[in-house]
Amino acid sequence: MTHVATSPRFKENAKAALADRELQNALKFVEVNFIARRREVVDRLPEFDALRDAARDIKNHTLAHLDLYLEAYEARVTAAGGQVHYAATAEDARQVVLGICRRLGAKTVTKGKSMIGEEIAINDFLEANSVQPIETDLGEYIVQLRGEIPSHIIAPAVHLTKAQVEAEFRRVHTHLPADRNLVEPTTLLTEARGVLREKFLAADVGITGANFLVAETGTSIIVTNEGNGDLTQTLPKAHIVLASIEKMVPTLEDVATLLRVLARSATGQDMSVYTTLSTGPRRADDPDGPGEYHVVILDNGRSAMVGSAFQDMLRCIRCGACMNHCPVYHAVGGHAYGWVYPGPMGAVLTPSLIGVDKAGHLPNASTFCGRCEEVCPVRIPLPRMMRAWREREFERHLSPATVRSGLAFWAAFARRPRLYGAATGIAMRLLALIGRGKGRFSWLPLASGWTRFRDFPSPQGATFQQQWRARRRSSE
Amino acid sequence: MADQPRRVGLFVTCLVDLIRPSIGFAAAKLLADAGCTVEVPRQACCGQPAFNSGDRATARAIAEQVIDAFASYDYVVAPSGSCAGMLKAHYPELFHGDPNWLPRADAFAAKTFELTSFLVDVLGVTRVDADLEATATYHDACSGLRELSVRVQPRRLLGTVRGLTLEEMRDSDVCCGFGGTFCVKYPDISNAIVEKKAANAAATGAGLLLAGDLGCLMNMAGKLQRDGKAIEVRHVAEVLAGMTSEPAIGAPAHPQTEPRR
Repeated sequence: MTHVATSPRFKENAKAALADRELQNALKFVEVNFIARRREVVDRLPEFDALRDAARDIKNHTLAHLDLYLEAYEARVTAAGGQVHYAATAEDARQVVLGICRRLGAKTVTKGKSMIGEEIAINDFLEANSVQPIETDLGEYIVQLRGEIPSHIIAPAVHLTKAQVEAEFRRVHTHLPADRNLVEPTTLLTEARGVLREKFLAADVGITGANFLVAETGTSIIVTNEGNGDLTQTLPKAHIVLASIEKMVPTLEDVATLLRVLARSATGQDMSVYTTLSTGPRRADDPDGPGEYHVVILDNGRSAMVGSAFQDMLRCIRCGACMNHCPVYHAVGGHAYGWVYPGPMGAVLTPSLIGVDKAGHLPNASTFCGRCEEVCPVRIPLPRMMRAWREREFERHLSPATVRSGLAFWAAFARRPRLYGAATGIAMRLLALIGRGKGRFSWLPLASGWTRFRDFPSPQGATFQQQWRARRRSSE
Repeated sequence: MADQPRRVGLFVTCLVDLIRPSIGFAAAKLLADAGCTVEVPRQACCGQPAFNSGDRATARAIAEQVIDAFASYDYVVAPSGSCAGMLKAHYPELFHGDPNWLPRADAFAAKTFELTSFLVDVLGVTRVDADLEATATYHDACSGLRELSVRVQPRRLLGTVRGLTLEEMRDSDVCCGFGGTFCVKYPDISNAIVEKKAANAAATGAGLLLAGDLGCLMNMAGKLQRDGKAIEVRHVAEVLAGMTSEPAIGAPAHPQTEPRR
């Protein structure tokens, strides 16, 4: 039971997204706000690029010694009274969570934001097993009400306008006066807070994600802006952390470096409002805290990426800068990508997790403009890895037949410059003869993808090489 | 500058070769004016369509042939950031771990440049001899900008064209949506992206849109023309070489009167 991937229907998804006016309005927020805010805080920090190098090096070092750090981490967690559960698959992770919930007789579970939670579709699974999950991050709460998955890894409901959120709250919060004023965005936040407050107090188990797992101390760390994560993890009987193997970081010192690039790249903040460190369950002299502390560490295909062409992807710290700066994401939003991880990072990660046969469109739907790599805080070469996926598809004959035959036809000429010269010389003269009067074509055979939206310029006449050689001959 | 003339092999790019040879002649003039001897060995494509479609074997076969064809030149210059990026940044990737070819690919990459970058960064050209009464806006094509750091070079040279004013557009460094085969594989998305670019270019009020890559220029010109926007679109080399008598990209062959601003 994971989210059904609609990634094979990426083209249809994209078409629908482009025609969705409310979505298009909502998406402007990404293009306008995230980019400008990041630019501003990055410009204020002269050492930002040096920090990116340091962040990349920390992650590379950790990945090179991942087994050792995982062992060290587990030992520390155990020493602090917590428990580490390794989960090879999404199903393993779900069973661990359900087992804990069943043992504690849990009726409701509060949830902080967790992309691993989305990856293993924990909400659907718990509901099917009579445990009610309640998302407490505002954006996650909204998408849960709507029965959707997040469309952005740090802004789950960024695909919705304020009016849509208001409508959803009026539909669901029927216990509140119908004539209440929800004009100001803060009124929506306050209303959600009020509704969620009781849930926090009633929950038996709290699930959060983790931005980092610290090997040195056995600590899990979340960064949030709403404080919901803290209530989620401290009030219930048990705190379950959903993480994956690449969240590992050696020391708190390393975390400090990564935090300096994370919020700046993500939301354009110097720091998130809350940075919460959790080490083990409540100790005897602690005033509060959970009685049990569990960390589920998911693999789900990641260890196979170590040592492969896609290892660098495991450096990702889930800031979302790549999608915030992606012209394709700006155009179609996150849901079009058809699974949990959208944008450029999703275009590389998703094929690793659900198979390139299902997610093949994602690494292809990129102009290779390179903006994602330019802003990535851990310098992941995203375009290069998208190209590596295209190579896998080509090798496995997964690329569409039209693309392959077109490419083979083109290559036959491109590899033989003389043949190319002769053929194009005739073709361009012919095209120019037809097109020069108007200067362009509004329709061309075999090029409807272009001419449906754009005119195509007429060639000027003979090719450059023909003209160049003719001039050379006449001047000799 | 060195005393003896530099022998430059012009990699004209397949789009320029086929669609708009005048850009090739403009590039050749700029190079000759800067004291280079320009030659054009027989050539086809740089192989980028194969490389970006995952067909590494074809890309590599084409790369070997290009490296051979340009072996005897001091420099290789292309009027395109995208193709120059392929030659300079990606050819060595294709020969990774090959002790025979990698050194050749590295040496080839080291002598290869995008046109405006070659003029400014290598030859130290500070001004061009050209006039054009116009207000232009400049689009930073992605590969040139991000793979080869082409940003100030074209602007610096355009600043010396007599009569020309440069008006920057919003998001000049954002992709135009061309993306090689992307524009025909995902035409709806490509269209949404170029719509924004066309709107940003039009909002400057400039009568002329310039860039250093013909693929992007064809995409933007095609969109502007489909939308009935009267902005001329040209390659930056045409303006820098003072060769703007040819109709602009996609413009009719014999205009009654050249619209000049």
